[in-house]
Amino acid sequence: MIHVEKLTKFYGSFCAVDQIDLDVSRGEITGLLGPNGAGKTTTLRMLTGYLAPTSGTIRINDLSIDDDALAVKKLIGYLPESAPLYHNMLVYDYLDYVAGIRGMQSRRKAERIHELADLCGLSGIMHKTVGELSKGLKQRVGLAHAMMEDPQILILDEPTSGLDPNQIVEIRDIIRRIGREKTVILSTHILSEAEAACDRIVIIDKGRIAADGSTESLKQGSGGEHTIHLSLLGADFEEASRAIGAIDGVSRVERVEGANVDELRLRIFAGGPDRLREKIYACVKATDWIMVELTQEGKSLEKIFRDLTREV
Amino acid sequence: MTRTFKIFAKELRDYFVSPIAYIVICIFLLITGWFFFSTFFIYNQANLRTFFTLLPVVFSFVIPAVTMRLFAEELHSGSYEMLLTLPVKLSDVVVGKFLAGAAFASLMLVPTLSYAVSISFIGDLDWGPVAGGYLGAVLLGAAYSAVGVFASSLTRNQIVAFITGMVICFSLTLFDKIAIFFPAAIVGVFTQIAAGYHFENISKGILDTRDVLYFFSVIFVFLYGAHLVMQEKR
Repeated sequence: MIHVEKLTKFYGSFCAVDQIDLDVSRGEITGLLGPNGAGKTTTLRMLTGYLAPTSGTIRINDLSIDDDALAVKKLIGYLPESAPLYHNMLVYDYLDYVAGIRGMQSRRKAERIHELADLCGLSGIMHKTVGELSKGLKQRVGLAHAMMEDPQILILDEPTSGLDPNQIVEIRDIIRRIGREKTVILSTHILSEAEAACDRIVIIDKGRIAADGSTESLKQGSGGEHTIHLSLLGADFEEASRAIGAIDGVSRVERVEGANVDELRLRIFAGGPDRLREKIYACVKATDWIMVELTQEGKSLEKIFRDLTREV
Repeated sequence: MTRTFKIFAKELRDYFVSPIAYIVICIFLLITGWFFFSTFFIYNQANLRTFFTLLPVVFSFVIPAVTMRLFAEELHSGSYEMLLTLPVKLSDVVVGKFLAGAAFASLMLVPTLSYAVSISFIGDLDWGPVAGGYLGAVLLGAAYSAVGVFASSLTRNQIVAFITGMVICFSLTLFDKIAIFFPAAIVGVFTQIAAGYHFENISKGILDTRDVLYFFSVIFVFLYGAHLVMQEKR
């Protein structure tokens, strides 16, 4: 659906995007994740045809973004960061204007605007001036703008930035709903957001792709050390740490201070071999301690992100 | 074509839903009306010549004030990004915005028709030069709007756009007036590129294709310039 090859953008001598290769297939929700200034917005702006790449090619549905700019733009719905709409227009007039520019006929236009009002929850604010709206409402108008012609590809730049938690959940639900049929690319620097909304995550740092894959594969693929949480009743730290420390694969055992004095909580750092939880269980079973918790903590996305994008 | 028209209609409507249009029209009518009628009865001639002599100067600062927001405001607020990622061509945007500015300039002239009508009651008005004058005024307004669109495309600051536009328009207006300061060899060139000179010809009632062509050339050159500037921003 979207095929990007060696995409590069220079602002003067500053290289914002450096030889990015990316393929996005139909019906995928892809999250572009990266610290501020990593080149996310620049990449999205090039995908929408707003900025011209310094070099590299973008093909969308096998159409070149240079030669068939109009056809490509018709396929894409784009919501720039913080939804810069015309402040002096009424919401209805604005959507009507967008529909008009997209060449929709008047009956279809009215129908579509009503559909979008329901989908994005705009029915009550159609008669308000865009400038009066709160940030969350503006964002929803922006979403309606992007979805006007039912585009096959939806590109959203930080769709939830600056929203309150309720609005974030609402917007995320809308994105999920759209993402069932459409190709969605969104950028964010909030990890939980990418984790919650996306099928696939592309981590960008300093204009390059640092990692690319599904949330699961990113977590597993990174390997290395992982952590197991264990809570015991009726156990003594000295004894327990000696017993568990002896298990093959455990590198370190640490006590977690908890509010409950009867409960001994341990954090176990393990080097790698799997089936470790079975061995710990067997070890505890041999004693008369009572096990109340045994969980393995996957390497969090946050940790992966920090490892990949840390300043060296 | 539809897209150009939609952009044109939106921009023109924007003028009238905010107070800008009314303020600018008032200022325009006050200045032209006062300068025209303060000497009208002294000359005691039934024509609009003073009005049309004055018009290029007044247009030089009124039209850049009208057109300064066309690109600068959108660049400043970022809405330009939303506009340009819709299925439009850059030329649709430039032409649509220009037409809105030019249409506004023409609409501004409509109330001044009352000068002509009232003069025709008190004297024997020759309608030929009046018709020529208005045709010239529409062309001049369009040409200066193109200059204004160009100035507005250069910056995201409306004040800078206004001043840039005003400087270019004033230069075009005054080139033939200050021609005596230039060496004889280039006086001809300066006269030819002066909007004031071509406007004067038309407003005398002489319709020469060279003068009409001049205004269309100015429109084309500045719109093309604006197109290049916006293209370069990508």
